[in-house]
Amino acid sequence: MPKDSGIGTSPKRREDVRFLTGNGKYTDDINLTGQSHAVFARSDVAHGKINNIDISVAENMPGVLAIFTGEDFADVGGNPAGWLINSRDGEPMKEPKRPVLAHGKVRHVGDAYAAVVAETASQAQDAVDAIIADITEFPAVVDMETALAGGGFVHDEIGTNQCFDWGWIEDNRAATDAAIKSAPHVTTLSLVNNRVVPNAIETRASIADYDRGTGDYILYTTSQNPHLTRLLISAFVLGIPENKLRVVSPDVGGGFGSKIYHYGEEALVLAAAKKLCRPVKWTASRSESFLTDAHGRDHVTKIELACEKDGTFIAFRTDTMANVGAYLSNFSTVTPTFLHGTLMAGNYTVPNVYVNVKAVFTNTAPVDAYRGAGRPEATYSLERVIDKCARELSLDPIELRRKNFIKPDQFPYASAAGLEYDTGNYDALFDKLEEIVDFGGFNARRAASEKNGKLRGLGINSYIEACGIAPSNLVGILGARVGLYDAATVRVNATGNISVMVGAHSHGQGHATAFPQVVSDMLGVDENSIEIVHGDTSKIPFGMGSYGSRSLAVCGSAVVRATEKIINKARKIAAHMLEASEGDIDFKDGKFSVTGTDKSLAFGEVAFKAYVPHDYPHDELEPGLEETAFYDPANFTYPSGAYACEVEVDPDTGQVTVESFTAVDDFGNVINPMIVTGQVHGGIGQGIGQALLENCTYDESGQLLSASYMDYAMPRASDLPFYNVDHSCAMPCTHNPLGVKGCGEAGAIGSPPTIVNAVVDALHSGGHTHVTHIDMPVSPVRVWSAINN
Amino acid sequence: MQNISIKINGKSVSGSVEGRTLLVEFLRNDLNLTGTHVGCDTSQCGACTIHVNGVAVKSCTMFAAEADGFSVDTIEGQENADGSLNKIQQAFQDHHGLQCGFCTPGMVMSAADLLKNNSTPTEAEIRTHLDGNICRCTGYHNIVKAIMAASGQDVSAIAAE
Ligand code: FES
Ligand code: FES
Repeated sequence: MPKDSGIGTSPKRREDVRFLTGNGKYTDDINLTGQSHAVFARSDVAHGKINNIDISVAENMPGVLAIFTGEDFADVGGNPAGWLINSRDGEPMKEPKRPVLAHGKVRHVGDAYAAVVAETASQAQDAVDAIIADITEFPAVVDMETALAGGGFVHDEIGTNQCFDWGWIEDNRAATDAAIKSAPHVTTLSLVNNRVVPNAIETRASIADYDRGTGDYILYTTSQNPHLTRLLISAFVLGIPENKLRVVSPDVGGGFGSKIYHYGEEALVLAAAKKLCRPVKWTASRSESFLTDAHGRDHVTKIELACEKDGTFIAFRTDTMANVGAYLSNFSTVTPTFLHGTLMAGNYTVPNVYVNVKAVFTNTAPVDAYRGAGRPEATYSLERVIDKCARELSLDPIELRRKNFIKPDQFPYASAAGLEYDTGNYDALFDKLEEIVDFGGFNARRAASEKNGKLRGLGINSYIEACGIAPSNLVGILGARVGLYDAATVRVNATGNISVMVGAHSHGQGHATAFPQVVSDMLGVDENSIEIVHGDTSKIPFGMGSYGSRSLAVCGSAVVRATEKIINKARKIAAHMLEASEGDIDFKDGKFSVTGTDKSLAFGEVAFKAYVPHDYPHDELEPGLEETAFYDPANFTYPSGAYACEVEVDPDTGQVTVESFTAVDDFGNVINPMIVTGQVHGGIGQGIGQALLENCTYDESGQLLSASYMDYAMPRASDLPFYNVDHSCAMPCTHNPLGVKGCGEAGAIGSPPTIVNAVVDALHSGGHTHVTHIDMPVSPVRVWSAINN
Repeated sequence: MQNISIKINGKSVSGSVEGRTLLVEFLRNDLNLTGTHVGCDTSQCGACTIHVNGVAVKSCTMFAAEADGFSVDTIEGQENADGSLNKIQQAFQDHHGLQCGFCTPGMVMSAADLLKNNSTPTEAEIRTHLDGNICRCTGYHNIVKAIMAASGQDVSAIAAE
């Protein structure tokens, strides 16, 4: 009988009602009594020396309460990179300080050099406009190749624009070089993974409050991980003790990576709240978001694929320049390295893999993890070069992939890029794709398109990603400065309802609905009696937040472990109540019973006893029913997928339309199919956006040309099709208790190469066989230019 | 400062505003109607969509003073009289047409405007209508599906759970 609740079902999301009625509580919806407002003075040049900041007019303007400049924070710590990467020669990466406010130099357009706090936001803005900044403009370092060649330095004190020169795996380098040199066939491709802006529709915002009596701070902020934000502020930046700083991350309107990181505005409002003993609020305008949110991708890559004439892969060699922008954001050094290089063997049994990544400082906004983070870059390079190779060797793109897939009986599989994949079945994913997509009818559809003057292309792709970030012992060896476990507390209240405090943070992923499904299944209680508490460091034991498709795989596992502890303790209580030995107590469907008898107790009765322990054996049992677990994963999880799409290209205009899109993913076990499907939809939407529309562009003086929704092409409803999504090919993760792998990033990883492969296919069908690649976004002008040479 | 009075969700309210105060600022800051969101500063995201005199308007494109004497409806006034979700809101929940919820009030208000003028819009008509509403989370699939469902169309053939 199909289940009607719990794991594997799709209850409607309980959080929806408040969002649909205007009752969500996002940071900017919060207003505190006596609140003042901060507005930032931001550089309008990309690179320059700050000679003087004259605030004499501004500070006397109406409503102005305080003005801060970089000088005020000269003695506090910098916002650190969370991961230490060593170069190939063993040298540690360059880590210039990232100050709260620019000091000495401004390093990108939008870099804040002062902040005004005033009674109203308008007064603060008026005063910002009256600040006179004397800044000597320097030539901007924008292009990565030029940056590496020397000249001006973004950070003079390090004397280079290269942050690191990383090799992975250095010991494989010689063998990979030799394999490529002697290979019967080598396909080479140079490509750009275009820079994008995450563009969560809610902009960043923060409100700080300070209690003069206790010395306690509260920071309400748009964060994907309030504990991490607290840790960074406490341990690195302001030095506020963690037990004096409460970080609350209420409803958050999307993150996609950009709200993982701690930003200077958070430190500023905290410092200002203390100085003024008043709440201080700041909300970014969309223009500020474009200028200062951490951007994504921005890789320039050359990849080589060496293979036998029959298509058997021999080696992948990748050279990448990764833009990190003007300052190192918290995950910016791991994204282009370990989250990218370790995936460069893809789903394949290739014996030789070598990746070189040079991270480059430029006078642009910081670049960091964006939905997929490194793995989309890896997949794009691999799957584009494989597609090109198939064409060169006249092999079917699916057959070429299948020929090289790791086979189901080879797991666990140690990839040539250093990961151990626990499980997978890539052929099964393609079998499913071939079942769902009417490949047989493609030629007829192509002919129909041609009749209308259009070219039709079919794009195929496969991917693997490493999610469930991450085993602390492994990431520690690789340079992480934090552990990447997660935590949960399950509190069974006296009347039987349950609060579950989780370190994961939901900003669209539906944790409030999905996590109770897990607990409900384990305890046999109605999922509606279970409430998820998240986003408040004062209520939750600890947590590393939500990114890297980790919420369920890592925090969900902590929830399982804490719930198991609850069951163990409740079993002891039940044994006492039923006057039986613990070993004779069965727990099933929410009932404790004595084996072989009809004596039983409902879970709620046991919970009540835990809080009303009138006849408790106090030497054996503690009152209460609340348990906490920390969970550190044993390995990454490895979702994988097979994607296909069809595009139509108008050869006269270069316009590409996506006619159909099918995603077959293996996410392991699925807790809530509706939510998982929605996550895939959203990821595909963003991936198609990157592939066809989105492009974050700076001109050579470092001005951001795409700084608003007028200039930056966000995907709209009319740009996108309905998607066909399947996740029935489930190979459960072997090392976490739920067997889940993570689904949040898949669509954004799998879709860009699928689209570009399809466009190239379309052009070839129209006889434009000279076109082997078009960089994203595959815009009409780029397609038209490619067609017309 | 200028005194204004507006009928909001059927109730008369008055206030005093600066000339530069946007209608969305008045709703959010003065009336604490924070369901109407701000997602941009160039009038493109649609998160601030409300109805003014029965027509969908981006409330960041209007000064509060311009709305003096007008009738305004926001997301806070959309539920049925008994407090249950109206049919568009219910369809969004039924078809998972929202994730983070930030674009959602604007989407619901925009959808209501569409359905008022076109009781059974096609997929293409819905997508075109939503050009002024950006959602970063859903890839639009379930939003379009929800609006079709809200208009009474059978959406069972559209892919997905
Ligand atoms: S805030 Fe009004 S359209 Fe974006
Ligand atoms: S649901 Fe998040 S922007 Fe639409």
